[in-house]
Amino acid sequence: MMLPLESATSRERLVVIGNGMAGMRTVEELLKLDPARYDVTVFGAEPHVNYDRIMLSSVLAGEKQVDDIVINPRSWYDENNIVLHAGDAVMAIDAVARTVTARSGLTVGYDRLLLATGSKPIVPPIPGLNLPGVCAFRDIKDVDTMIDASSRYRRAAVIGGGLLGLEAAWGLKRRGMEVAVIHLMPTLMERQLDETAGRLLQRDLTERGIAFFTNGQTEEVTGTERVTGVRLADGREAPADLVVVAIGIRPETDLARAAGLEVNRGIVVNDNMSTSDPDIFAIGECAEHRGQVVGLVAPIWDMARVCAHHLAGGETLSYAAQATATRLKITGIDVYSAGQLAAGEDEDEVVLRDARRGAYRKLVMRDGKVVGTVLYGDVNDGAWYFDLIRRQTDVSDFADRMILGQAVTQAAGGPAALDVAAMPDDMQVCGCNGVCKGTIVEIIKAKGLTTYDAVKAHTKASASCGTCAPLVRQILADTLGIEVSGPAIPTVCKCTDRTHEEVRSAIVAQGLKTQDAVRAKMGWRNADGCASCRPALNYYLLCAWPGEYQDDSRSRFVNERMHANIQKDGTYSVIPRLWGGTATPGELAAIAAVATRYNVAEVKITGGQRLGLYGIKKQDLPAVWSALSDAGLVSGHAYGKSLRTVKTCVGLEWCRFGTQDSTTLGKMLERLTWGNWTPHKFKMGVSGCPRNCAEASIKDFGVICVESGFDLLVGGNGGIELRGTDKLCHVATEAEVLEYAAAFMQLYREEARYLDRTAPWIERVGIEYVRKRIVEDEAGRQALQQRFRVAQSYLQDDPWAERGKRGVDAHEFTPLAVLG
Amino acid sequence: MIATATDWVRVCRLDDIVPLGARVLPATKGDIALFRCRDDSVFAVLNRCPHKQGPLSEGIVHGHQIACPLHSWVIDLESGEAVAPDIGCTPKLPVRVIDGEIWLSPTR
Ligand code: SRM
Ligand SMILES: Cc1cc2nc3c(=O)[nH]c(=O)nc-3n(C[C@H](O)[C@H](O)[C@H](O)COP(=O)(O)OP(=O)(O)OC[C@H]3O[C@@H](n4cnc5c(N)ncnc54)[C@H](O)[C@@H]3O)c2cc1C
Ligand code: SF4
Ligand code: FES
Repeated sequence: MMLPLESATSRERLVVIGNGMAGMRTVEELLKLDPARYDVTVFGAEPHVNYDRIMLSSVLAGEKQVDDIVINPRSWYDENNIVLHAGDAVMAIDAVARTVTARSGLTVGYDRLLLATGSKPIVPPIPGLNLPGVCAFRDIKDVDTMIDASSRYRRAAVIGGGLLGLEAAWGLKRRGMEVAVIHLMPTLMERQLDETAGRLLQRDLTERGIAFFTNGQTEEVTGTERVTGVRLADGREAPADLVVVAIGIRPETDLARAAGLEVNRGIVVNDNMSTSDPDIFAIGECAEHRGQVVGLVAPIWDMARVCAHHLAGGETLSYAAQATATRLKITGIDVYSAGQLAAGEDEDEVVLRDARRGAYRKLVMRDGKVVGTVLYGDVNDGAWYFDLIRRQTDVSDFADRMILGQAVTQAAGGPAALDVAAMPDDMQVCGCNGVCKGTIVEIIKAKGLTTYDAVKAHTKASASCGTCAPLVRQILADTLGIEVSGPAIPTVCKCTDRTHEEVRSAIVAQGLKTQDAVRAKMGWRNADGCASCRPALNYYLLCAWPGEYQDDSRSRFVNERMHANIQKDGTYSVIPRLWGGTATPGELAAIAAVATRYNVAEVKITGGQRLGLYGIKKQDLPAVWSALSDAGLVSGHAYGKSLRTVKTCVGLEWCRFGTQDSTTLGKMLERLTWGNWTPHKFKMGVSGCPRNCAEASIKDFGVICVESGFDLLVGGNGGIELRGTDKLCHVATEAEVLEYAAAFMQLYREEARYLDRTAPWIERVGIEYVRKRIVEDEAGRQALQQRFRVAQSYLQDDPWAERGKRGVDAHEFTPLAVLG
Repeated sequence: MIATATDWVRVCRLDDIVPLGARVLPATKGDIALFRCRDDSVFAVLNRCPHKQGPLSEGIVHGHQIACPLHSWVIDLESGEAVAPDIGCTPKLPVRVIDGEIWLSPTR
């Protein structure tokens, strides 16, 4: 090999064995520190430039192409005068002569040698593994084999239910294969997940069509010309045309051992990443540091920095292993774990299950500190817990709340959000791509970035596994000087990077009056939006421009478009309004007549004090409504993000404890507010005394009558997450009750995010804020109630009469002619 | 399968479906849902979500996709396939728009 004369004389020679993630990262770091020091030669066994191995899972799943995952293209090697021998493995090191010899026969001398040979897949001692149709999951070649098999064969078996095996299984499933996973242990990913999370994961993947053989010891891979299946020791069999072996990895140490370096499980290195030969360094998965080998990239980036520092002549940095976090890269399945998985002695486990959301979380605590976490389903707090683990923050005062996550703990004065401002610049944010905070801040400033997506694109932070996305958002907010408290502010939906708040204020400030205008101005990624953002935008515009914005029925969820609740069998329910839960005999008779005439399958007294008619066919809806209209009944909006019921008790009229006429007050409230559209449904209750028979204390707006007047309560929720109301204030007259109700509802209408009930909204803004706006600011309250009344002047039109009597939207209810 | 010319039946006018809307065509082998997208392309699929048979016609149309009204699966109208992470398929029917009229080939 000819080297340029100048460098041959003046520069030292660095040879790198292994063109993978660890090796090239070290070279990158070295170029930053001292680009002129070495002539660099790289040998790589794979015939490729350096690529992001992590993203092979995404390539297999069809989400990325091989070209997308290249880290350093050829031009990078050329520009930095790095000589790359791709596809030429080193066969021997002569540590005395200080040369390496490659398979091609090429021998190159070195002053410093870097071993970055990674790992090789563990091959179990079973027959049949040499058959065509068997592969590992480690490199591009393996992925090619799998993709090719998926296009020609039907069934795959993956041996190994760890991170790699499951990502392989999911990728193959995505490519249309029938996939079975054979796993030795009773639960999946037992190294990263506890049993419960492992079982949840298995359940969710089973639902997605992957079959599992747990407690499965593979005895043989069967077949003669090509694999035909896998046979287990207990006799079970999984037929397969492709077998992927992913049972683990072992450090690639053959070269080092033969060269006489000290080798244990991996190549033994000290804190500066040098081996037993001070001129030979080893890093990445092939290295063993203080008895530990690594299998994730986060620690490798730290190793690379330390190693480059010493290669460049530095003497101060030393490598220390840090806790690592893992996340499974299967779209839509969120699993996160870090630190210790289970409590040992002197440690506590706190566990929270939310069966409805299929979510599960566990914290392992020692001496008031978090030492481990396993999250399933909802992983947004992962980065926060991980930060607490790494910093060893004392959280003993908040121990009982920690499990509820960052928002709840902070509300109680607990440790702040990851304090991104206080984070040192060199702290690593994105483990997968090795991006530290300083780099992100620098690039945000240099390029004037303002959106999360732009930061992701420019820095690669959070572009791989996504674990650190919340953190990246916070750094962005912090750098731009935007206030963020608690978790990252959610965007409206995946169509945009804008938050609800940004969209709402732009609608008003920029006078945006159509959905198309909002989507164009606010950088929507698609013209129509999606099923999440369309109803939200429709509501925001409706709220901002009463009487002016034309409601878009195509942006309404079916129930609101049909003004009836769709049922599981595609029929509808009809629930007329019974003001304050009262009914006249005439109204009852009309309901009975309709139920008879239209063969209603069931009449039920609902939890909201009214009568529900069930099983009504779509095409009968207008006629049913018309008949109800004739009796003076209007829509109960049981289907709407709107005022639902106003529950009342009998109160002063009849009850021996009643202090005020709660029934009449309830009806007045319902007359005032019906027909209104709100961010989510809105319920009221009026109880005649503190015995509270109308359950006012779990309503969005509740009234408890007392001798001296009325206690007003807000922000209650009886649904999924039970929340008692906060007391807003006490008022003396019915007129004030109505005024406060209207003002409160308008504040909620104007400021809450779409699909926030009043409870989560108040949790976020605080009851103090609501009191300030409604109770303390009298002029503000008047203005709010005035805007509410203006809106009502346009909204109090019974949608049932419009459709039953006036033929509005007739096309919705009539099918086309029957086809033979 | 390839439909022959005689298989095509006229169903309705394009204008009978509001933009981003749907109509249901009752059929003996199962109701068919017709969708009209923003670009006036029209798709026909069996009106049955692969998840739990939800009536897709009542969902929200966006792009060339429909979000099911019952549990929000999203079905790609071009292929009839559920969009990841969900897995399932709704049979599609060949459909054409000629001179503002919608033609369908009910063969399947
Ligand atoms: C009909 C009724 C049950 C009954 O047979 O009594 C009912 C039925 C439904 N409820 Fe309810 N809820 C009914 C009273 C309640 C109550 C009790 C109440 O209002 O006092 C609650 C708890 C109080 C609360 O909301 O805080 C209640 C909490 C929920 C929730 C959870 C809301 C939450 O914020 O956590 C949902 C889910 C949702 O809205 O997302 C829900 C959703 C539903 C839906 C709309 C589910 C759906 O999307 O299809 C059901 C519609 C069935 C239908 O077609 O009628 N329903 N639901 C009640 C209607 C009363 C009415 O006359 O309008
Ligand atoms: C499918 C998959 C998904 C993964 N997902 C994640 C994840 O989500 N998060 C995470 O942190 N980690 C993940 N990992 C692990 C991560 O990719 C590895 O930890 C990382 O690549 C190790 O880097 P390395 O440089 O030590 O080894 P490698 O990247 O494997 O590089 C070693 C290179 O050395 C070459 N080599 C070996 N011997 C020789 C020789 N004698 N001569 C020349 N070249 C040689 C090899 O061919 C290889 O190219 C994943 C791995 C895989 C396979
Ligand atoms: S509790 Fe409400 S949502 Fe649940 S089944 Fe009953 S009516 Fe339906
Ligand atoms: S039936 Fe369509 S999503 Fe459940």
